[in-house]
Order: sequence, then structure tokens, then C-alpha cells
Amino acid sequence: MLLSQQKPLEEILRFLDGEKNIFILGCNGCAEASGTGGKPQVLEMKEALEKAGKKVTGFSVVDLLCQKALVQSRFRGKAKEVKAADSILAMTCGVGVQAVAAVSNKVTHPACNTLPLGGMRGEWQGSERCQECGDCVLDLTGGICPLTACSKSLLNGACGGTTKEGKCEVDQEMECGWRLIYERLEKLGQLEKLRQIYEPKDHSKMMPPKGLRLSERWALEQGK
Amino acid sequence: MGLQESLASKKFVVTSEIGPPKGIHIQEMLADADLLRGRVDAINVTDLQSSVMRLGSLAVCHLLQEKGLEPIFQMTCRDRNRLALQADLLSASVLGIKNVLALTGDYASLGDHPQAKPVFDLDSVSLLSVIKTLETGTDMVGNPLSGAPKFFAGAVVNPGGNPVEAQIFKMEKKIKAGASFFQTQAVYDVGAFEKFMKRVAPFRVPVLAGIILLKSAGMARFMNKNVAGVFVPEPLIQKMSKAEDRVKTSIEIAADLIKELKGLCQGVHIMPIGWESKVPAVLEAAKL
Repeated sequence: MLLSQQKPLEEILRFLDGEKNIFILGCNGCAEASGTGGKPQVLEMKEALEKAGKKVTGFSVVDLLCQKALVQSRFRGKAKEVKAADSILAMTCGVGVQAVAAVSNKVTHPACNTLPLGGMRGEWQGSERCQECGDCVLDLTGGICPLTACSKSLLNGACGGTTKEGKCEVDQEMECGWRLIYERLEKLGQLEKLRQIYEPKDHSKMMPPKGLRLSERWALEQGK
Repeated sequence: MGLQESLASKKFVVTSEIGPPKGIHIQEMLADADLLRGRVDAINVTDLQSSVMRLGSLAVCHLLQEKGLEPIFQMTCRDRNRLALQADLLSASVLGIKNVLALTGDYASLGDHPQAKPVFDLDSVSLLSVIKTLETGTDMVGNPLSGAPKFFAGAVVNPGGNPVEAQIFKMEKKIKAGASFFQTQAVYDVGAFEKFMKRVAPFRVPVLAGIILLKSAGMARFMNKNVAGVFVPEPLIQKMSKAEDRVKTSIEIAADLIKELKGLCQGVHIMPIGWESKVPAVLEAAKL
């Protein structure tokens, strides 16, 4: 799931400055779930653009705008409207905008900002819990990830910034992750684990795995 | 005598600090440093304190060194990745700077460039390990260096941390990673500090208790509310709010604290935060 948020209309109109004819694309995937690119938002956008003096040559809501083949097939059915447009406004996440830009020959404007999630959240909503770092440390931290639970992603224990209430001084709404880890380890009788010094993270492990890069999909993507 | 020798001699050690200015006018800062000449054993130079962009710590350490003062190069992990940290350590070494205080650093969003990308590629513990590794003549991935630098590395601990046990575990890690001395967050509650010192005495590493000069009752209340791990007891706040001469009372409070702390730890680290000129008076009042 990629969470998106619609940009302010003024910013979108700034993008469209000097362009008259616009084709709007919405997305029935994450953007619909985010309430930023489903059919209702596309229709609202159409109205807003017309009010601002633009001509909307057509619109379409594709199941997943990040799926290039789907975008391509939808373009075939809307060839005339797309051709008549000066540009495309894509109401979706950054991946979708890039997919649309890759398959069309038109200037493609993003209508949304994609919010940081730091990796797939899985079904446990409400907080970011995995950064897909490629080198899981949860065994040593009582099953609480220090990369996501600590503002500074510290690996060797709390900084001096835990408040009296046990919150993080960077964001007082947030629990101090290392306090939670301490309490969990204490409960598990594993405080000894706090003595281990973590080596600095190998950030190269955050690259897509070699297996994926060598996969058929990757090769197709690269046009090999 | 360098900081390392002062600490080894078991005398009561005093360090203080100066904060580089935001800009390039350094006369006032150097005058502040001069006031400390002969009065303190070493002077910390803060590294973009409070995440505010300003003149860098390394250049100022060099200036102090040239003036015959003993600097402690504060180094945070907020703004530099592992390459830049190692490079700056080598730079410090060729400039003759030996004392390094390894810190994780405040988060970027707390300063004047909240838009900045915080780095935290290393943390205080791994920075200490890196310092130790450089001393063996290789970089942190094992490539040989032409010549091995020599440092005297220290770290910080917050005796008012929550929970304090977690701070103590981390302190132990820092010692294992190479910390040879500690400076603490500000101490006002001597009783609580004494308990902390009992816990860490087995580590046998010198601890310099942090002293922040109280400028007003308002500042004390502000710190109690907003600064993690700092607790100013109510009687001290009352004393400040009733003070006729705030500077005089502030100096008295700091000097009394130092006298009480003298039997508990190996020294004090005075953070004047703008009141640099008052430090000599504090030391006089504390009979140091």
C-alpha cells in the first residue's frame, strides 16, 4: 500500500500553467483507498480544472496505475482524448505517475504527494514497523524494531532524549522505542542482550536483492 | 598537562565548553575561551549544538589548540556519514587534536534547519569503535591507513535517563567500545547522582558531572519540563526566584553543587550556555 495525499489545487494549477487541454487519470488501487485518486476525486478534479478555465479532454480510472500494461491498454481505448490533451494529470502515487510517464509520450503531472511509509506495512496498521533493511535485528531487541521505533534508528540503545513520560524528545507523541525495547527485554529476562554492540548497518543490503535483480521481471523491465 | 594526563593524575578535573558562533566573527568566542585559560583542564567545542547550523567544531578546536588551550572535539553522528566522520577524525589528528567526545547528536528537526536529512549512519557507540579501529592503523572496513592516529575518546551519559538502567547498559557498551571518560547531562539533584555513581563505580572510568548555570527560575522550570533527564529540585528554583542578584545566586548554586559533587566523581563539566564570563567566578566560589 502506498499512501498518497492530494496536492493543493494551487500547486496543481501551477503545474498546468500554459496548458489548456488536460487528460485526467485516476487509480482504483491505493490512491482510491487513500481517497486521492478514485472516481469521486477524479470527477471533483475535472470540475475544479474546468472552473479554472481548462478543458478536460477525457478521464479514466485504471485499476492500478502502477501496472504499466494496464495503463497502456486503457490508453488504447482513449487514444483520441489522450492525443487531444497537452498533458496528463495522474492522481496517484509516485510509482503510478512514473508508470504513466513511461508509457505515454505526454507530460505527466503528479496530483498527489506520496507519504513516507518506509516499506510495506503488512496488515498491522497504525505504525511503520519494517524498513526492509535486509538484516533483521529483531532477535536482539525483543521483537521491536529499533530502526522504525527510534527516531534516530539507533542500534545501540537510547540516546539521552527519553522524556520523564518515556516519550521521544523528537516527537512527544511517540514512545521512546528503546524504552519499549528495554521493557520488553526485561519482561523476557533477556536484558543481557543489551550488552551486544551492533555493528553499523550495511546499507547496501537495502538494495533490491540480487535474486530479484536477476529475475525475469527485472530483465523485462530493463528491456533485456 | 593534557586532559588524559589530568585525569590519570586523579586530580579533580574541570572542563567547560564554548559554542562556535553562527557566522565568522570569532573574537567574542575566543575571548570567552581565554577567560578559561589556566582555570580548566580542557574546553569542549560543541558540534552544531541544538542542531543549529553554525561555525564548525573542528576549525574552532584548531584555533584553541593554536592558542595553547586544550580542546575536546565534540563529534555528533547527525550530519556526517561514516566516510565523513572518519575523514574528520583524520583531519583532527593531523591538526594535533587528540580529545574527541563521541555523541549521537540531537535530531535535525529540533534545530534551525528542520528540513535537513538527518544522517545517523553511525551512533555514539559505533563512532567510539571506529575511533579505536583507526588507532590500529586501518579504516573501519579494514583498509590500511598510512599512519595511525592517536586519540583520547570520551562519551556522555544521562544520569537522569528514563530508565536509568538502560543508560547504564549503554554506558558500559561505550566503555567497551573505547570511551575513557564521561561527561554527564546537567546534575542538580546530588542525591540521585550519588545513587547513579554507586551503580557505575565498578566501571572505573572517570565521570565529570555536568553543571549548567541556572540563569533564572524560569529557565529551571523550562528545563524540568523540556529537557530529558534534567531535574532541578524545587528549593533551587525558589532560591533563584527569590534572588535579588540572579548572577550572584546562580554562581552560589553552581559552586555549592560542585563542592557537594567533589566527593562523588572525578570532576565537573561546566556548560555556561552564554554565561561563559561567569565561569571563573564559579570556580573561585567553589575554591577550585
